[in-house]
Amino acid sequence: MMVNMSLATCLGNSSRALKVSDFPPAMVLSHRLLVVYPWTQRFFDNFGNLSSTSAIMGNPKVKAHGKKVLTSFGDAIKNMDNLKGAFAKLSELHCDKLHVDPENFRLLGNVLVIILASHFGKEFTPDMQAMWQKLVAGVATALAHKYH
Amino acid sequence: MIMEGSRGASTQRPVLGTPGSSSATTMSLTKAEKTIILSMWGKISTQADAVGTQALERLFASYPQTKTYFPHFDLRPGSAHLRTHGAKVAAALGDAVKSIDNIAGALSKLSEMHAYVLRVDPVNFKLLSHCLLVTVASHFPADFTADAHTAWDKFLSIVSCVLTEKYR
Repeated sequence: MMVNMSLATCLGNSSRALKVSDFPPAMVLSHRLLVVYPWTQRFFDNFGNLSSTSAIMGNPKVKAHGKKVLTSFGDAIKNMDNLKGAFAKLSELHCDKLHVDPENFRLLGNVLVIILASHFGKEFTPDMQAMWQKLVAGVATALAHKYH
Repeated sequence: MIMEGSRGASTQRPVLGTPGSSSATTMSLTKAEKTIILSMWGKISTQADAVGTQALERLFASYPQTKTYFPHFDLRPGSAHLRTHGAKVAAALGDAVKSIDNIAGALSKLSEMHAYVLRVDPVNFKLLSHCLLVTVASHFPADFTADAHTAWDKFLSIVSCVLTEKYR
């Protein structure tokens, strides 16, 4: 999926906030997914205690996973003209080793959009949302691309 | 309102087969989730029309294919058509909230309209639900906790189910 230059600029600007070290909401991405869609916990058996909202919230492996995912999104923004190429290895991993249904990538992408909406409030305009939806859809497609 | 040592609103299992419970094939709201929705709706209802309208703007911006259902509308942001229709969407949600123990009953006429007249493809209900969540999250960030997110996501899923249950 080709994403044009102005999308890159716009996302680049709003993704300054995605610098994981200073974006507190980064910490809640995976947490929010696991709480709102508890069936997604099936992929995280080795994450330890996920038995309650507070357990999920405090779980360091969940936090670390959220960071990893957000770093990937940061990479996506730098590679918007070739998402499929950029995510090829990760796609193979998610299919062959992790066995993740690609529907989960769409779920996670939409949770990210909602977290951004909470964080940016009124600044997260319909047009801004539309750009982010394009990006998360592109990432989801790229991650599913190598599935077989 | 998170209960100590529990998974917040989701630990209470809804009782199936009791009056007002939805069919065994759909998710039901727990008591705690209903409380969250009722109390948040108190706040949302003061801006209901704007929330409904903005959700539609977001829908048409992010998912342009949804515009195909409105060839007769002026869909530019701020249009009278959008504001009127946004208000209608918000009013319907308000009806569902007010009859939260019997959403199917409250939305029965709307359900028939969608099945026999409007025939909006079911996939689009997820898209509008998502845009409603985004709108509420951006307007009420402090209230939009993980438990509130879950409650609203479930509520909108139930509304979507009700609106498509007479399709065939």
